[in-house]
Amino acid sequence: MAMKSAAPREPFHLSMLFNDTRYRARSIQVIAFIMLVLAAAWLVDNTVHNLAALGKNFSFGFLWSTAGYDISPHAIEYSSTSSHARAAVVGLLNTLIVAAMACVTATVLGVLAGVLRLSNNWIVARLMTVYVESFRNVPALLWIVVVAAIMSQAMPTPSAFRGDNPTASMILWDSVAVTNRGIYLPVPDFSRSLGQLNSAFGALDLNYAAVLCVLAISVLARRSLVERAQRVQSASGERPATWWKSLLVFALPMITLLYALGFHLEYPALKGLNFSGGLLLRNSFIALWIGLSVYSGAFIAENVRSGILAISRGQTEAAHALGLSPRRTMRLVILPQALRIIVPPLISQYLDITKNTSLGLAVGYMDLRSTLGGITINQTGRELEAMLLMMLIYVSISLIISGIMNVYNSRVRLQER
Amino acid sequence: MNLHNVSWVRQEMVLPSARPAGQGGPREWMRKNLFDGWLSTLLTVASVTAIAWLIVAIAPWLGNSIWKANSLAECRQLLDGAPGACWGVIRDRWPQLLFGFYPADLYWRPVLAFALLLAALAPVLFRALPSRTLWFSAVYPGLAGWLIWGGSLWFPVAVYLGFAVAAGLFASTARASQGLGLSVAGLGAALWWVYAAQPFSSAANAVIPIVLEAVPSREIGGFLLSIIIGVTGIATSLPLGILLALGRRSGLPLIYMLSVVFIEFIRGVPLITLLFTASLLLNYFLPPGTNFDLILRVVIMVTLFASAYMAEVIRGGLAGLPCGQYEAAEALGLDYWKAQRLIILPQALKISIPGIVNTFIGLFKDTTLVMFIGLLDPIALAAAIRANTEWQGIYWELFIFIGAVFFIFCFGMSRYSMYLERRLKTDHR
Repeated sequence: MAMKSAAPREPFHLSMLFNDTRYRARSIQVIAFIMLVLAAAWLVDNTVHNLAALGKNFSFGFLWSTAGYDISPHAIEYSSTSSHARAAVVGLLNTLIVAAMACVTATVLGVLAGVLRLSNNWIVARLMTVYVESFRNVPALLWIVVVAAIMSQAMPTPSAFRGDNPTASMILWDSVAVTNRGIYLPVPDFSRSLGQLNSAFGALDLNYAAVLCVLAISVLARRSLVERAQRVQSASGERPATWWKSLLVFALPMITLLYALGFHLEYPALKGLNFSGGLLLRNSFIALWIGLSVYSGAFIAENVRSGILAISRGQTEAAHALGLSPRRTMRLVILPQALRIIVPPLISQYLDITKNTSLGLAVGYMDLRSTLGGITINQTGRELEAMLLMMLIYVSISLIISGIMNVYNSRVRLQER
Repeated sequence: MNLHNVSWVRQEMVLPSARPAGQGGPREWMRKNLFDGWLSTLLTVASVTAIAWLIVAIAPWLGNSIWKANSLAECRQLLDGAPGACWGVIRDRWPQLLFGFYPADLYWRPVLAFALLLAALAPVLFRALPSRTLWFSAVYPGLAGWLIWGGSLWFPVAVYLGFAVAAGLFASTARASQGLGLSVAGLGAALWWVYAAQPFSSAANAVIPIVLEAVPSREIGGFLLSIIIGVTGIATSLPLGILLALGRRSGLPLIYMLSVVFIEFIRGVPLITLLFTASLLLNYFLPPGTNFDLILRVVIMVTLFASAYMAEVIRGGLAGLPCGQYEAAEALGLDYWKAQRLIILPQALKISIPGIVNTFIGLFKDTTLVMFIGLLDPIALAAAIRANTEWQGIYWELFIFIGAVFFIFCFGMSRYSMYLERRLKTDHR
């Protein structure tokens, strides 16, 4: 019987650090670490010297000094006497607003185009192919600039709406005015307003808060309604009708509240040379929003199409064989599988949209990059601090979004055994 | 039983009977593909209306195209109030859109560089050519840089000599240890580039001057700039992306962490912020007095940006390979690099071709963002052309031209990726 013995121990040579797989991994990492530290030290040393040569220090104190520039639109209270930090927050909110709206419209557009591209209808399928290919293969920046040019060049001036024979007219029953300064929309208004609640962070409109509260209560009420129906169904086998009760639960309290608050729409109207009243969507906002939506919509369409194509026909047939109705087949079999494929690239599209809002610079949209990374830098000369802060904010947004994606992925992952 | 006993046997084939009335033919096709149910009919009607509306809106504008005009005012005079496209701006300004403010008498240099680019790309893109022509592809970057920027030919030669120095050092030391050889070669090349390249090229230039008229970077613009940034970025981001992807799957904790941090940071920030870093902040991070070319800085940033995305695409390909491939490579006794080079990467890259080409396309489209740091990409040139009094107020013709050129490049790339997928398809599915 052969004796078990340990591998022969060689005496340690220096060359074994590179040639012996037992040591090589560690020596590579040590070298990489030393080089990393040296490179970091070199960069920091250069930065310190350069800052000293320019007579600057590294501090974020500039954030609390007066910004001195205007931002419009601003979602929270802001004036030119506010601080640079507040300007940055306004910019961040503008970024998030346009990103959220572009995500919604791009998804709608993308799902429509992706589904229609698979349709049996020859002409619609071709049309959607043309849409996807032409919008995917041209830079987003060009689309944004084109939409901005359409808005500013091809739309009528506000003065065209005036006079006895106006050359332009408002659309949608005189409620929306499309002009070369932007689009004027009607806004909801309350004649018996509850007022505002002022705090250090900004004003809270009590009307909208009340509306949201009522909506939340309705949602809760409807949930308990459905749960009760479920219980009755499992006990007796018959499901009580819920649809009109749900409708009532939502409609009745809301209508009562809106009536009590004196809800009405405030329409834009011509006053002098320009429109007043209503909500003005500026050209810069529209260009960025529409440009990004149509551009990203083409990508989302491809994601949706490939997700649907990836589900094999056997799944549909199996569901039909089990006696599921077409609607339930879609809801219980096809969609859960297709969504698993569609959602991850969809979320990375949302990430791209959020980052692409920085292209608003081309049309003068005041997003985070134009406030903190633009005018603030020009006014304070703090490019190092401001750029670092801005990158940090963008990275945080992106990490949050990809964190959500990871949670989703792990929840829908196939359980393999 | 044979044929003679049977009373009747058909001797000729039965001709196919005509199809039943109402089936097949254009009517049947239309019923199936255009009017299949009320939803399909509605969609068809809506599409046809949309197309008709578009044609009615655009046809007169295109029909009245005017090519021979030297200003928008002249165009409008010729049109006399009718709607019409004024392509005169393209005829008048196409050199600017293609080359930026590159000196007009030197246009042959970028054109020659572009033609040579096609020659250099051919052996890489299509396998039909002998691999010996790859030498030209390796020499091409230096040659193209010299043709476009001008200056002394000895400068790119000195840069290439750095590689020769590295190869020589590696050959002489690799026998002792490969790792040692690689480090010595890298160090030697770096020392050559930092200390010896400049003196060598000026000395060589003093002996045999081969000089082209130098063209500064700020005069380079238009699609020339897009192609310079795009092609360099594409060529360098792929190897970098492969390294990053391998790093992210590496078992060495430090290498893994570095790759993850780099990739997630780059993917988290918009390209614009990186470009601004290149133009505003780089002076802080480099030794005082260093100042290098803005286009080079942009190329570096675009490359880093694309390589992070590339790494994720390739990581997907690596993850898509079955474990058995890794195990088989180890069972054959291949070391890490040989296993990657011979077994893992060829398959992983093949799986990730669509993603890689999509990243390339994205990179090429992103070259338009350089307008934000003052370089003259095609979109910035469109604004510059509009700033002239002759062409003030011209929009659509320029946008259509720029969009069409981008479309041709990007669509071509995506078609090429489909060709490549077909060519490399070896499985029998």
